[in-house]
Amino acid sequence: MFAKLAGKAFKHSLWIYHCNSGACNGCDIEILNVLTPFYDVERFGMKLVGSPRHADVMLISGAVTRPTLPLVKKAYEAMPEPKLVFAVGSCGVGGGCWFDTYNVTGGASKAVPVDYYIPGCPPRPEAIIYGVALALGLVEKQASPIEMKQVEFPIDVYERNKAWEERNVIYKLLDD
Amino acid sequence: MVLKPGVVTLPYPFEPRPVPETFRGQPHWDHNKCIGCGGCAAHCSARTIFIRDVCQEVRVLLYDSSRCTYCGRCADVCPEDAIVMSNEFEMATEATEDLTERLELFMLTCQRCGRCFDMEVSNQLDKLGPHGFRYDNLEHRIVTNRFADQHDPDALKETETYERPSKVED
Repeated sequence: MFAKLAGKAFKHSLWIYHCNSGACNGCDIEILNVLTPFYDVERFGMKLVGSPRHADVMLISGAVTRPTLPLVKKAYEAMPEPKLVFAVGSCGVGGGCWFDTYNVTGGASKAVPVDYYIPGCPPRPEAIIYGVALALGLVEKQASPIEMKQVEFPIDVYERNKAWEERNVIYKLLDD
Repeated sequence: MVLKPGVVTLPYPFEPRPVPETFRGQPHWDHNKCIGCGGCAAHCSARTIFIRDVCQEVRVLLYDSSRCTYCGRCADVCPEDAIVMSNEFEMATEATEDLTERLELFMLTCQRCGRCFDMEVSNQLDKLGPHGFRYDNLEHRIVTNRFADQHDPDALKETETYERPSKVED
């Protein structure tokens, strides 16, 4: 749904507001790295803006700390519709190591509705480009939940039951 | 004056970009090698790995990479080398459920009495509870699945009166 919406609404340019809500600056450096000529997201028309009122996209880095929680909400409300929110880095996605500490709300999704998650500590600049390209519909999603089971029982149940019966013969003899 | 003009920009999203050799990406479990010792769960700094015994012989390992810092500690402590830090970094999703990995492992029981293997009440992780070690359990865990259109304001209100979680009483 958001890929469609993003494809229509954000076809020509995305103006990005970069919101640091208590990050260690690792993610911030990678976000700025994305704007350098080497990675150059300006070929997609992206640009950092200083005010959330000009922005289409908010990149939240950092587990939202308690002092920054009202400010993050205020910045989110100041953005004009339609808006996209990206949580960048493991702190923004799920709170990082500080997910349950006293001064942290535990991830950007606890403060504002988040549309896309970019995990990594910090995410590679390519991972951030990939996340934004995913929102624009340029690439396909690769992540999917993995479920694995040990289908074969390590010990043969039949053999084990047989051994169990053989071992109990002595008790049967004693009963008699 | 430029002697060798050229383009430095990577054509990244359209062409793959290899990672350096020492890169640590998404960890992957080998369910054939895993013995279910729970060493990774005990050492995980962000507590992203949950272990729960659903019955006497089946143990569930759930890995939630949403807050994983990719420190590689789990791969270091694994005695069977069942965890491999892959070089996947293109993990951006719309839902955090895509970042989970779930293993169901068969556990051996005592051949004499048939049980002997500690159930979850006397689990080693539970014994650490009185010492302040807490972990999420599968039953009470709320999977943070908040799309923008599914966002409920009630969950948001909970954060306003956020308190430090108290120590678990035994």
